[in-house]
Amino acid sequence: MDLTAIVFYLFSIVTVGAAAIMVFSKNIVHSAFALMFSLAGIAVLYVLLYADFIAATQLLVYVGGILILILFGLMLTEQAVTQKFKAVTVNMLPASLLAAVTTVLLVYAYATTSWQMVMPEERSETVYDLGILLMSDYILPFIIAGVLLLIAIVGAILMSTRLTAIKNEEQ
Amino acid sequence: MALLIFATLPLLLIVGYALFAIWLERKVSAHIQDRLGPMRVGGWHGWAQTIADMLKLIQKEDIIPTNASRFLFKSAPFVLFAASYAAFSVIPFSSAYIGSSINIGVFYLLAVTSLLTLSVIMGAWASNNKWSLLGGMRTAAQMVSYEVPTIMSVLSVLVVAGSLNLMTISEMQTGNDILGFLPNWLIFQNPFLIVAFIIFFISIVAESHRVPFDLPESESELVAGFQTEYSGMRWGIFMLAEYADMLLLSLLGAVLFFGGWASPFGSYLSGPVWGFIWFMLKGLLFVFVMMWMRWTLPRYRVDQLMEICWTILIPVSFINFVLIALWEMTF
Repeated sequence: MDLTAIVFYLFSIVTVGAAAIMVFSKNIVHSAFALMFSLAGIAVLYVLLYADFIAATQLLVYVGGILILILFGLMLTEQAVTQKFKAVTVNMLPASLLAAVTTVLLVYAYATTSWQMVMPEERSETVYDLGILLMSDYILPFIIAGVLLLIAIVGAILMSTRLTAIKNEEQ
Repeated sequence: MALLIFATLPLLLIVGYALFAIWLERKVSAHIQDRLGPMRVGGWHGWAQTIADMLKLIQKEDIIPTNASRFLFKSAPFVLFAASYAAFSVIPFSSAYIGSSINIGVFYLLAVTSLLTLSVIMGAWASNNKWSLLGGMRTAAQMVSYEVPTIMSVLSVLVVAGSLNLMTISEMQTGNDILGFLPNWLIFQNPFLIVAFIIFFISIVAESHRVPFDLPESESELVAGFQTEYSGMRWGIFMLAEYADMLLLSLLGAVLFFGGWASPFGSYLSGPVWGFIWFMLKGLLFVFVMMWMRWTLPRYRVDQLMEICWTILIPVSFINFVLIALWEMTF
C-alpha cells in the first residue's frame, strides 16, 4: 500500500469511529468532541481528493466555527457545572424503522449504481479558479447566500437588542 | 525517511526557541522590575535555567483528577500542540525552506489555528474544575471575537499582495525600491497597511492569550485558567504550545507586513541562511514586544476586552479594508 492509501484508510477509520462514538456516547460533551475528530477526518479526505480549499473551509467553518458555538451553547447551560450531561434514548421504534429504511435505500443505491473510477488530478490554482467562478457563473447563488447571511445577522442583532431593552425597562 | 527529517526541523527549532524564550521572558521581566532574574544555573546569566526546569518537569508525577474525563484530559495538550505545529508547515522559514508551498497558505494557517480554541475548551472542560471551565469559556469568547479583526487585517494584506501563498508573498517583498532606500515590504507599500498592522498585532496578542488580554489564564482570579489541573509534562506541553503559538503569529506578522525572509538591505546579506536569520530576528522582535507589554500593562476586564474588539477593532478593520482596496484601485 502506498502512503495515500494508508492515510485514506486511517482517516476513514477515524472519521467513522468518531461518528459512531458521537452517536452512541451518553455524554453530550463527549459527543461534541467526537464530532470534532469526525469533521477533521473529513477534511483530510478532502485533501486526498486535491480539494485543499474545501478542506481548509471545512476546518474553519465546521471545526473552528460551528463546533465552538455548539460547545459554547452547551457550557452556558446550567447543567455544565452542576451535573454531567445525559443523552436519553427516546422514540426507539420509529427511529430504528427510519434508520433501517435509510440503510436499505443506501445499500440499494450503492449496489445498483455503476461506479466509475476517476483518478483525482492535482490542480495548481484551486483558489484562483474558484474566485473566478464565484464572480462569473455562480454570481447569483453567491449574492443570495450573502443576503441570507446579512438577514440572519440583522435578525440576531434585533432579537438580542429587543431582549436587553425589555430587561432595561424592568429595571 | 527524508520526509520525516524534513518535517522534524521546525520542531527542533520550536523546542530550542521555547527554551530560549522562557529564559528571555524571565530575564525581561526581571530587568523591567529592576531585578536580575535567574543568574546561577549554567554560569553566564543563568542561561541553562529552562533546561534544568524542563528536566524537573519530566520527572514530575502526571496527576489526573479522579472526576476528570480521562481521554479528553490526556489528549488536550497534544491536540493543542499538534494544531499549533501543523500551522508551521506553511511558514516560509527562508527562500530555501518551506514545509508545503500550497496555494491556500494563509487560509490553511487560519483554519488550523482555529483548532487551538477547541483544544483549550477540551482541556478546560475535561478537568472538571470551576476555574478551568471559566478559563475555557473566556478563551472561547475571546478567540472567536478576535478572530474577526485578525482575519480582516490578513485579508487587507492579501488584497495588496494578490496571493495566499506565503512563499509568493515573501518573494514579492525582496529588493529596495520604495523612495529609493526603503525595502519593498508590504507595510511601506500602502499607508493604510500600517493601521492594519496595528490591528493585527493587537489581535494576535489577544489570540495568544498574552497580557493585557490574558483573561483565560489570569493567575490572580482563575489560578491558571484552563491549565489549573495539569501537572508535569502535560503542563509543559501547554507551555510549549503557548510559546509556539506566539512565535507562529509573530512570524506570520513578519511575512505579511515585514517581508518575511527578505533582507532589509536589498540584495545585500540575502542568501537562504541570511534569510532565515532575518526572518527569525523579525519574529523574535515581535515576541520581545509581547513580553515587554506583558510586564508593563495591567489586565483588561472581560467586558472591556469584548468592547475593544467589537466596538473599536472590528469597525476600524472593516473601514480600513475598504480604504486599502480603494488605494489599490487608484494607485
